[in-house]
Amino acid sequence: MNSKVKASDLSLIDSVINEYKDVDGSLITILQKTQGIYGFLPADVLSYIAIKTGIPPAKIFGVATFYTQFRFEAVGKYFIMLCQGTACHVNGSEIIEKTIFEELGIRDGETTKDGLFTLKTVACLGCCSLSPVMMINEETYGSLTSQKIRDIIKELKEKAEEVNADV
Amino acid sequence: MYNIKVGEGSCGISAGAAKIYSLLEKSNTDNIFGLSVTGCIGMCFLEPIVDIYNNDELCARLVQVKESDVEYILQFIATGDESAIKNLKISDDDSEFLSKQTRIALRNCGIIDPEDINDYISHGGYSALSKVIESLTPEQVIDEIKISGLAGRGGAGFPTWFKWNAARQSDGEEKYLICNADEGDPGAFMDRAVIESDPHALIEGMLIGAYAIGAKEAVVYVRAEYPLAIARLEKAIEQAKEKGYVGNNILGSDFSCSFRIKAGAGAFVCGEETALIESLEGQRGMPRLKPPFPAQSGYWGKPSNINNVETFANVTWIISNGGEAFAALGTEDSKGTKVFALTGKIRRGGLVEIPMGKTLNDVIFDIGDGMRTERAFKGVQLGGPSGGCIPANLADTQVDYKKLSATGAIMGSGGMVVMDESTCMVGMAKFFLDFTTKESCGKCVPCRIGTRRLLEILDRICKGEGKEGDIELLEELCIQIKDGSLCGLGQTAPNPVLTTLKYFRDEYEAHIKEKRCPAGECIDLISYNVLPEKCIGCLMCQKKCPVGAISGKVKEVQTIDHDKCIKCGRCKDVCRFGAVEIR
Ligand SMILES: Cc1cc2nc3c(=O)[nH]c(=O)nc-3n(C[C@H](O)[C@H](O)[C@H](O)COP(=O)(O)O)c2cc1C
Ligand code: FES
Repeated sequence: MNSKVKASDLSLIDSVINEYKDVDGSLITILQKTQGIYGFLPADVLSYIAIKTGIPPAKIFGVATFYTQFRFEAVGKYFIMLCQGTACHVNGSEIIEKTIFEELGIRDGETTKDGLFTLKTVACLGCCSLSPVMMINEETYGSLTSQKIRDIIKELKEKAEEVNADV
Repeated sequence: MYNIKVGEGSCGISAGAAKIYSLLEKSNTDNIFGLSVTGCIGMCFLEPIVDIYNNDELCARLVQVKESDVEYILQFIATGDESAIKNLKISDDDSEFLSKQTRIALRNCGIIDPEDINDYISHGGYSALSKVIESLTPEQVIDEIKISGLAGRGGAGFPTWFKWNAARQSDGEEKYLICNADEGDPGAFMDRAVIESDPHALIEGMLIGAYAIGAKEAVVYVRAEYPLAIARLEKAIEQAKEKGYVGNNILGSDFSCSFRIKAGAGAFVCGEETALIESLEGQRGMPRLKPPFPAQSGYWGKPSNINNVETFANVTWIISNGGEAFAALGTEDSKGTKVFALTGKIRRGGLVEIPMGKTLNDVIFDIGDGMRTERAFKGVQLGGPSGGCIPANLADTQVDYKKLSATGAIMGSGGMVVMDESTCMVGMAKFFLDFTTKESCGKCVPCRIGTRRLLEILDRICKGEGKEGDIELLEELCIQIKDGSLCGLGQTAPNPVLTTLKYFRDEYEAHIKEKRCPAGECIDLISYNVLPEKCIGCLMCQKKCPVGAISGKVKEVQTIDHDKCIKCGRCKDVCRFGAVEIR
């Protein structure tokens, strides 16, 4: 966890903590809501939750690191969820992952230096008939090939540049 | 009046159904036709699907509808002239995908509007609950389930009545009924489809279960990756509350039951019932040692009963139609139907519900229409990471708990992934072990370390570094992990290795002894080559090769320098003459 990150606005989660702190077994729910607010779980917010709820920090970190849903760093502008479920595997998702690495230099869980793309592999997006499948933000892309991936990435990069140029 | 229903399950939406719905909605400001959303009909290979009803009767099912097709639909609605939509209609062949199924758990999927409780009620919904509350004792409910022969659909196939009875018999005022909607098998989506398409069927089944065991609180543990399922279930619970089916004094009786949804946070092991309970309590999802079973000591140490989504969806049907009717379907040992998520190299992929006793071939060839590639059918993986691969020559095995287990695979929760000759079986075993090592919770040593060692050996074999004795080593380790692990995850993790070793041993041997991958999938064991008789020398591959490994003059046969080649496969992708071959 990066210590350079600036302090988070802790007041954002007060209402969540107040709602759940006396409900037994709500830690996961609190963490989910926290991630919903900040986009990830900032270290200082986790410490704050510990103080407010009385749950030991070690337990909070233990639970947070157990579940794959939780992340400890901010994600890129384009969050790529690449399916590595069985159907996608059978239909060649490994080649897709390799192509993404070739194009962007990122592996599972990593973000590009320009902060544009984050790659996360997941198990089954439930669109197995379109496999191999990935989701970028809310959009689903199916029947992927290496060429398709390169085109999509190129397009998104161009889109991001246009936005930059406009600013 | 025409009623249009757009299939909006997750798969339909990702294929573009929501856009089609909004286009239809925009052009219907005068309410010329009825428009609603429905769930997943299960024909994923034909999404997006638009059904047109003439009043209540289906008059046209349109498939693979594009945004540009909306104008034809509107034309048909305005004129009633079928020629406008002729090209969009499902073919007779593809209609067989549904007509050859027997639907119990999926009975309403793709038919009713999942966001409208009245639609569910008008299809007979909540009548089973009324019957139970008005005329049956909890013991009678359990008896009816016993007569039906229903076994748990979450994987283990344990008799449902037995679990209910044990929870009922347990001492204590406070009891919990829990639904396992964690659906962890990657490549399976039956439970998601039921919740997205027919959430009240689950709620009603759970209410009947709660009545039978004497629970006042019901919890649904849903995988976090299923946002649409969660949203629809939340809405359904709200509507059921308003109608008095959920809450205090249900239907005026003294039976009360509240409902709650808990979203999982991404951990396969939380599908295991005791790990699920830990997770519900806000802990790391680590399994508990059994006994005590949840029926004695579960959620917060109270008697609890956990069932799968499909199990509950069947319960409602059984109470409405009688246990005998359910038991009339299936085989001696396995009653009723089973839903499968049919995927992989299959032509018609989607949700398939068939009576027990049909064969795997029936599902794959009769309903699924065989391979979508030109290659031959090689095998089918059942039960995901806990299951096994059944080879083509055993695909006449009946869908039946005992008969499938006899092959070394399991019925599982319903994932059915079809493979053709291009799938490497060692690679498949490695894929699953990669999954289980990542998902092992780490509590017990055989699972945590054993699966990792298995993965290392498999990885070595796939890289062409396999050694004499590796196969025996794998077998020995598999047995130890099976025997020594604490929970079902570790106990079943070796299954993919054991079944591929049993049925595809020659492939392991080819990797180890000849350093050859017969399926042509293991990257370290293959090479790309140009077929002289097909290459016309267009230079396309040469231009696209990122490392300059291809040389040759225009209009002449190209050659690939294997020392430079990084096996990225671009040459094969771009060749329009099929002249690049993997060897
Ligand atoms: C590693 C592991 C994962 C499991 N995942 C699921 C799952 O995703 N869904 C499910 O219903 N059951 C799953 N089970 C089975 C449950 O432990 C339990 O047997 C089941 O939910 C009971 O419901 P049933 O009797 O209706 O089948 C899993 C078991 C193990 C060992
Ligand atoms: S396995 Fe990839 S979407 Fe199901």
